[in-house]
Amino acid sequence: MAGIEQPLQTKELTVSMGPQHPSTHGVLRLVLELDGETVVKCTPHVGYLHRGVEKLAEGMTYLQALPLSDRLDYISSMSNNVGYCLAVERLFGIEAPDRAKFIRTIVCEMTRISSHIIWVATHALDLGAMTVFLYSFREREWLLDLFEMLCGARMTVSYPRIGGVRNDVSQEFVDGLYKFTEEFPERIEEYETLIDQNRIWLGRTKGIGVISAEEAINWGLSGPVLRGSGVDYDIRKRFPYDAYDKVDFDVPVGKNGDVYDRYRCRMEELRQSIRIIKQCIERLPRGPVMTPDAPKFTLPPKERVLADMESLIHHFVLITKGPMAAPEGEIYVATEVPKGELGYYIVSDGTGKPYRMRVRAPSFVHVSLLPRLCEGGMVADVVANIGTIDIVLGECDR
Amino acid sequence: MDVIEFREQLSVVIKKERIVEICRWLHDEPILGFNYLKDICGVDYLGKKPVRFEVVYTLYSMRYRYMLRLKAAVGEDEASIDSVVPVWIGANWHERECYDMYGIRFTGHPDLSRVLMPEDWEGHPLRKDYPERGPETQWQGFQEVLDKAQKFKGFSWQG
Repeated sequence: MAGIEQPLQTKELTVSMGPQHPSTHGVLRLVLELDGETVVKCTPHVGYLHRGVEKLAEGMTYLQALPLSDRLDYISSMSNNVGYCLAVERLFGIEAPDRAKFIRTIVCEMTRISSHIIWVATHALDLGAMTVFLYSFREREWLLDLFEMLCGARMTVSYPRIGGVRNDVSQEFVDGLYKFTEEFPERIEEYETLIDQNRIWLGRTKGIGVISAEEAINWGLSGPVLRGSGVDYDIRKRFPYDAYDKVDFDVPVGKNGDVYDRYRCRMEELRQSIRIIKQCIERLPRGPVMTPDAPKFTLPPKERVLADMESLIHHFVLITKGPMAAPEGEIYVATEVPKGELGYYIVSDGTGKPYRMRVRAPSFVHVSLLPRLCEGGMVADVVANIGTIDIVLGECDR
Repeated sequence: MDVIEFREQLSVVIKKERIVEICRWLHDEPILGFNYLKDICGVDYLGKKPVRFEVVYTLYSMRYRYMLRLKAAVGEDEASIDSVVPVWIGANWHERECYDMYGIRFTGHPDLSRVLMPEDWEGHPLRKDYPERGPETQWQGFQEVLDKAQKFKGFSWQG
């Protein structure tokens, strides 16, 4: 029994979490140094999904680079497309017609809803609440069906175009969406009854991963992660794009900057999104969905190419020579995507291809925050902290 | 100092030696308050400009709602610039990425290592003279991964 006499041996344990781990939401790898159950050091390793989107875009025309933006944040591809189109439109100095602006606002908010419900689903699943996951995927399916009705694709949509949107919305789609907006508020309440007052949920989220407002600004956080700390910063309000200046909505802001407040912010954003969609449907103006300059940037519809000489010429010129040359200059356009601020910085050298396309991805900034959130906390809270910053590695690694 | 305006966005070209001093002033000056760093990225102007690289800082003032772009030219021979991590801690990963993609060194950075590419990768992918289809030679680490996969192919849990 000599072993008992010896003093207890302690040593720090290094755990590699991921890249194949269900709660890292993709291929994120964290190297955790643990002292018992306390995280001493946390080092995120990213880049497993790096496809070189920025390099690829340099070899493509502005039109060809559009589908690349789908693959950034693949669960909210619609808002990435809109961000890209807005940046290119601003560079060319064109503007989408009113109807297209309203349609884009609608699809952006639909994306926000589908992204936030997949977030609450997986976040709750990570923290041990299974039912929310099943409930929210039911509604997500409904939204994806609506996307399919709109443009034929469910995930990588590539629906917005430079100078408008690809096709007009059908009455069937509008009716279906209106029905969704009527029913969805009840579903939000359903999720909330499951977790909002749940004692385990409160214990796992309240006071965890706290970040103050000044610190959040200094870190360059954006989206609900920044607003959860009480900073009223929303690009839809500060730099209104599309139809956001024509609709009425509030920006939910948290107070304590913990996991729970960020959860509350996102749940309130769901309600605001429904409000925006409803207003957009009610005020949807009539008119074209593409700017009159469109033939210079975007391929005409296939049926017109086969029937109409003018469209055939435009199609031929666009494919062989590429779109019109962009004016020389540089532009940074940011949009509020579900994850935060997605910025496109495009440098044009006066040709039809971007000289440099930089994607400022919110997830990239948020992953860099992980050591700050996790170090000094418990190992069980690492999962809560990964969930709360709502990352998608496709966007982080680009 | 050069000031360029394009589509209502302001770019200011500054000297790279004074980057931290200027950023500190922009951040601390109460009437400016550029407390939010949106982005840092590099641009390679190979053969287009006399000085090859440019590091671009996109700043924003939360209180006064201004946006400003700073551009600092960085030469190829001595591709280094001072790190702005002491001013905005969020600059950390942006600078790492810029180093990864362009090979621009940020002096005073707490942990300047590759972030997206593997640690032992050769070359800096976003440079204009880097081939778009990737390098001719295969990355060393890829063979290692294949060898490891071969080795563990017959692994059995029963031991």
